[in-house]
Amino acid sequence: MSSESFSIKLDRRALIKTAAAVGVAQIASPFVITARAADTVKIGLDNPLTGTYAALGKNELIGAKLALEHINAKGGILGRKVELLVEDSTSGDAGTAVQKARKLIDRDKVDFLVGNINSALAQAIANVAYEKKVFHVVPGGHTDSVTGSNCHWNVFRICNTTQMEASAVASSLIKNAGKKWYYLTPDYAFGHTLQAGLEKAAAKLGGTKVGGDLTPLGTTDYSSYLIKAQAAKPDVIIFLQAGDDAVNALKQAVQFGLNKKFHLAGAQQELEVLLGLPPEARIGTWVFEWYWNQPNVPHVKEFVAEIRKASGGHVPTARTWFGYAAISTCAIAAQQVKSLDAVKMAKAMQGFKLPPEIALMPDGAYFRKGQGQLIPDLFVGQAQSKGASDPEDLFKVSDVVKGESVAESLAETGCKQTWPS
Amino acid sequence: MQPADFTKQAPNIVVWALLLTMPFWLSHVGGYTELGSQVVVLGLAALGLNFLLGYTGVLSFGHAAYFGLGAYGAGMTLRYLLPSTGMGIIIGTLIGTIAGAIIGPLIIRLRGVYFAMVTIAFGQVFYFIAFRWSSVTGGDDGLTGWTRLPLHLGFTTIDIQNNPVAFYYFVLVMFAIAVGIMAWLLRSPFGRTLIAIRENERRSRFLGIPIDQHIWISWVISCAVVSLAGALFALLNNFVDPRALYWTQSGDFVIMAVLGGMRSFWGPLIGAAIYVVLRDYLSSMTENWESFIGLFFVLVVLFFPRGVLGIITRKVKS
Amino acid sequence: MTQLLFFNVFNGLIVGAFYALMALGLSLILNLSGVINFAHGGFLAIGGYLAYSLIPYIGFWGALVLAPVLTAFIGILVERVLIRRLYGRDPLYSLLLTFGLAFIIEDGTRFIWGAQSLPFQVPSWLVTPLSDDYFFLTGYRLFMVLVVGIAVAGLFFILNRTRLGIRIRAGTLDLETVSVLGVNVRLLRNMNFGLGIYLAGLAGVLAVGQLGLQPTIGASLIMPSFVAIIVGGLGSLPGTLLGGMLIGVASGITTVFFPSATEAVIYVMMAAVLLVRPRGLLGEEGRF
Repeated sequence: MSSESFSIKLDRRALIKTAAAVGVAQIASPFVITARAADTVKIGLDNPLTGTYAALGKNELIGAKLALEHINAKGGILGRKVELLVEDSTSGDAGTAVQKARKLIDRDKVDFLVGNINSALAQAIANVAYEKKVFHVVPGGHTDSVTGSNCHWNVFRICNTTQMEASAVASSLIKNAGKKWYYLTPDYAFGHTLQAGLEKAAAKLGGTKVGGDLTPLGTTDYSSYLIKAQAAKPDVIIFLQAGDDAVNALKQAVQFGLNKKFHLAGAQQELEVLLGLPPEARIGTWVFEWYWNQPNVPHVKEFVAEIRKASGGHVPTARTWFGYAAISTCAIAAQQVKSLDAVKMAKAMQGFKLPPEIALMPDGAYFRKGQGQLIPDLFVGQAQSKGASDPEDLFKVSDVVKGESVAESLAETGCKQTWPS
Repeated sequence: MQPADFTKQAPNIVVWALLLTMPFWLSHVGGYTELGSQVVVLGLAALGLNFLLGYTGVLSFGHAAYFGLGAYGAGMTLRYLLPSTGMGIIIGTLIGTIAGAIIGPLIIRLRGVYFAMVTIAFGQVFYFIAFRWSSVTGGDDGLTGWTRLPLHLGFTTIDIQNNPVAFYYFVLVMFAIAVGIMAWLLRSPFGRTLIAIRENERRSRFLGIPIDQHIWISWVISCAVVSLAGALFALLNNFVDPRALYWTQSGDFVIMAVLGGMRSFWGPLIGAAIYVVLRDYLSSMTENWESFIGLFFVLVVLFFPRGVLGIITRKVKS
Repeated sequence: MTQLLFFNVFNGLIVGAFYALMALGLSLILNLSGVINFAHGGFLAIGGYLAYSLIPYIGFWGALVLAPVLTAFIGILVERVLIRRLYGRDPLYSLLLTFGLAFIIEDGTRFIWGAQSLPFQVPSWLVTPLSDDYFFLTGYRLFMVLVVGIAVAGLFFILNRTRLGIRIRAGTLDLETVSVLGVNVRLLRNMNFGLGIYLAGLAGVLAVGQLGLQPTIGASLIMPSFVAIIVGGLGSLPGTLLGGMLIGVASGITTVFFPSATEAVIYVMMAAVLLVRPRGLLGEEGRF
């Protein structure tokens, strides 16, 4: 025993020395960062790379990197090389996300801020960007308020509002599946606004709500909710869960055989979720915000091929496209006004229509004036267990809905922007 | 001043000198003012935890609950009650302290691992309340729609809202008050009794010291300081979410205290500084920073159980 | 309403059985070594991922047997290299160590298998309901209860009938005496840790049958297990089992009447137990 503790002591002393050396090197190295080339244009990406949204965050990063490559290949922004500074915001820790936003803006002096997947974090860092007057693009946080009641002149969003997704899928559901709906809604703003949107859209078409439950974010066991849903005897059980929650809920619903008794459906669905489900659980009617298999739309094939190269053979998901479109938007805004002044750039983007090689959808996409919300096409369709042409072709688009036809009017969104004088 | 007094005071002088001048040198070494504020706020939380952990010898792994309560208290005061940063801090601190005082009697008789487990579990109660009561707390989306406001002192107004340096000094003043009270308490007979309990609980009991009562008071003081830190944390971010109450946050506080040195007064602050800077730095360098932080925990536990200051004091003494 | 209640009580027992499986592993390690294993959820994830990777080669049944064993080996290794050094020191240190380990494991699984959740498939005849009315009784869930039952029976058999088990129980009561009697305490703790991690690995394989397989899978499952141990009483494995079942049923019933308190109810229950009986339902007097 005594000899052992002795040897530990020896080890310890040696280790202290190395650790101290490593520690000094690490603490000292922030110096180096300040020496970064000053003549580059910097885009800060403050997005999750760890935690529940890690998979989505990584896909957005792949898209962002491809956009960066394209921009630099075309000579950068205003003739300057563009640099992407990536920070892990974590999936739910607002303290970290806000801190990172400040670090990017205050210390690294980024010209653009991009993020976040988590709506709450998107809102929190949008407030920082607003305070510091930095051009901010939200690639994939859906809660309506980001471009609604809490909108800012400097904040632009690529992904849809939940309200748009809800309206897009409602008519198809009523037509094909029935009018009595039961809602399983995740208990946070994303879920609440999705459900409100669906209820409103369904009411217009004669649909009714026969019941519902709010399920906590991160629920693992959905059995008790599914038991209640079954007892309510609806036509459709609506699943509004996202990410891992959606995987858990759908997996269990299918095991209970509920897909044989009811129509299972929802609003937003993502390829990442379908890929995580076993084939028998890839079912239901959903909205995709972007889909890779659009054989007749120009530029899409090239985009898919390039992403496959960058991601080890995987197709781009809606997330990949969000990341790509977000970074591209930054470059376009600067090119439009030949300046990096946030106010000028934001003004130029009002009502701006993205070029087809970036919009990558049949009817294109534009930023709505006075709101900063991108109005794209939405892809309504069915999940399929196995792709005919490709193992990752898990969604069959039945209907491309124009964003214009489902978006609320500007007044309804509650967005009022105050521009700096 | 006697030389002996001077060596005793030297650490205090160094710490305060560094803290007071932080905004002037931080940006030159690659930092930014908010990072400094974060170090001070989290350092305060770690110091508060250490009042219980280092000086009373009781391990709480659930202090994030009181940190978060302080944060929500401050945020909700500003959001719902009245536009006053000062009242936000007072109410936030009170809420955290009262919650601690109520839970205290349920747990003070437990010891060691059991105490740690129960504190975690109780902490989760508050996490779930914040998480599920979304109509009031904002749930997972966090509490938004408020910001910290300038301080109106009657004769002058300090703009801590838009001036990060002013906010830093405001945080530092709060820090100084809390730290001053803790240091005074530790030097009082009460503080000596706590240390006696830490060193030998059974003997203290035989001496007629009401152990449970002392532990309860120490627990409440510790909760009060941590909830003050929480209130400041909310003001720093202009945002609160349930993550501030989650048990992993408690783990962060404990590692800060251990890393800096539980047995020395300033240890937790040093630990907080190292931990915050390291995390900030690592997570910018690699997406696998969690592995490095985990590894860091392991290394600290195996090789630096006395913490940075523990090692230094030993070196100085020998 | 009565039917709904009945369904949920029944369903709660199934869910509780799973919590109990996780909690038993935690409890074993805690009782003998005084270590709260925060990395238990991480080991659960490892079990699930190993099963996923093994299925193409040895099928679901092979993976069900082998993955937990491999997980246990990893556990034994971790105990030897890291945790062993902390016995006899303040429990604070083992807490921090396993806390750090949990980080490393979560990140490690993400590094190896990716952040994208993976489609885990169980034999299709298992994932259909057995009856139309009792649709929540799927083959898989009954199978889970069965496996938990076998694992618990096996565990109690080991503890009561084998030399290793008797030593573990003796060591839980009085480690010093056991050591004086010539038992290799280090080996005992090592094996005991492996046994606990085996249960975590098994829970992992079972869990991924109905949950998405992704790196954070263990994190949300660990807290209910903590509560199960506290409610059941520290130092008592039957208590842990009872605690697991109780919290499963309690959340099931709460879903019917007050769904938003589904998680909070188990903590309320814990507070009530601590008030009335600080050592937990079946905990022994004077321990901890």
